[in-house]
Amino acid sequence: MIPASFDYVRASSLDEALATLREHGEEAKVLAGGQSLLPLLRLRLAYPGTLVDLGRVEELRGVADRGDHVLIGAMTTHYEVVTSPVVREHCPLVALATATVADPAVRHRGTFGGSLAHADPAGDLPAVARALDMEFVARSPEGERVIPAADFFLDYLETALDPGEILTGVRVPKLGPGWGFHYEKFHRTAQAWAIVGVAAAVRRSGGAVEEARVALTNMGPVPVRAIGVEQAVRGADPGANGALRAAAERADEDTDPPSDLHARPDYRRHLARVLTRRALLAAAGAA
Amino acid sequence: MPRISVTVDGIRYDEEVEPRLLLVHLLRDRLGKTGTPIGCDTSNCGACTVLLDGRSAKSCSILAVQADGCDIVTIEGLSTDGTWHPMQRAFHEEHALQCGYCTPGMILAAIDLLHDDPDPSEETIREGLEGNLCRCTGYCTIVRAVRRGAREMSRDQEGAATS
Repeated sequence: MIPASFDYVRASSLDEALATLREHGEEAKVLAGGQSLLPLLRLRLAYPGTLVDLGRVEELRGVADRGDHVLIGAMTTHYEVVTSPVVREHCPLVALATATVADPAVRHRGTFGGSLAHADPAGDLPAVARALDMEFVARSPEGERVIPAADFFLDYLETALDPGEILTGVRVPKLGPGWGFHYEKFHRTAQAWAIVGVAAAVRRSGGAVEEARVALTNMGPVPVRAIGVEQAVRGADPGANGALRAAAERADEDTDPPSDLHARPDYRRHLARVLTRRALLAAAGAA
Repeated sequence: MPRISVTVDGIRYDEEVEPRLLLVHLLRDRLGKTGTPIGCDTSNCGACTVLLDGRSAKSCSILAVQADGCDIVTIEGLSTDGTWHPMQRAFHEEHALQCGYCTPGMILAAIDLLHDDPDPSEETIREGLEGNLCRCTGYCTIVRAVRRGAREMSRDQEGAATS
């Protein structure tokens, strides 16, 4: 279908984008790469009065090594994230998961910040943000604030960003040496959304698991940390038969998986346990 | 209405467009580039893939205004002086199509994937084409064609480098 009419403003700077958003209030919507928004407009599931296009705001684009963290500009494309040497070296989990987002053509246009701000529970990056405790940098005409990943995702397609705020970048903490990573995703067809996904980071010491971070995609309206798994897996020997499997059995605790045409909640719970086991084994280097 | 300027298949066009006009409709309805088909309407199928500033993009999921100032190559711009692009020739010779609807997008996505890997394995090709669906399911010949096209493109480049 053809989208409903809207006005269009191409911002040339962040300040201009913020001023335009303020001027148009809640009728306005930010356009990043458009790879989620354009399909929504075409299906007429969204009716913004004005689109504020950030496509030419260069200051929002790029990856920077900031010592203890990596700053990924909100308008950095998925392709740029996946091919960034800084991301590959310091945030391998981000590179692994981003490489599974949609397909190459979408990754050329879609942006890191856009897909996080869209906050689709089936999107791959929100779970990675939770697993790595990323921090979201948001700007409004009043100034800048930093939102921890745990507070950023509020509900289905809803974030802590105010209507007049723009996500400018995301800080990805460097975890340091000794960590292994994996993103495990189950989907129906190659480029389809995750039915369930699992982001895992595991640090081993002397063979045993010392620390693990596990977050789940599409097991509720927002991405969730699998706290039970993280506790259960501490001290486990990945080589021992069934040690990680037992921990993974707790993956669906405190989740609220949706029911849709792809899967019922009980099937998603099963998938969460199976995929968590695989993700833990791979991240621990024991797959 | 916004005025945009785009280069499509080597020709510059200056157009006044409604903000909601999709790039694929600009190409087909305004510029007559009907070689770019519309498939699924939801950015799944990849039939409408074009090269936007050299990289693959789904023209059903881009507003024409977003493409202002960009260089676009459609399937109609691949041949030079009546000679097919090596990837077009490879699709023809390997019989990599049945109904042909996905072919323009497949060929452009195939050319794009060679940017990152000029000598792709079968697995790399299958992953690189994951955003392009062939509902005749003719994937085996498509993969063969991409391998052949890649070989011929690198041979052409070697030839150009040594001549």
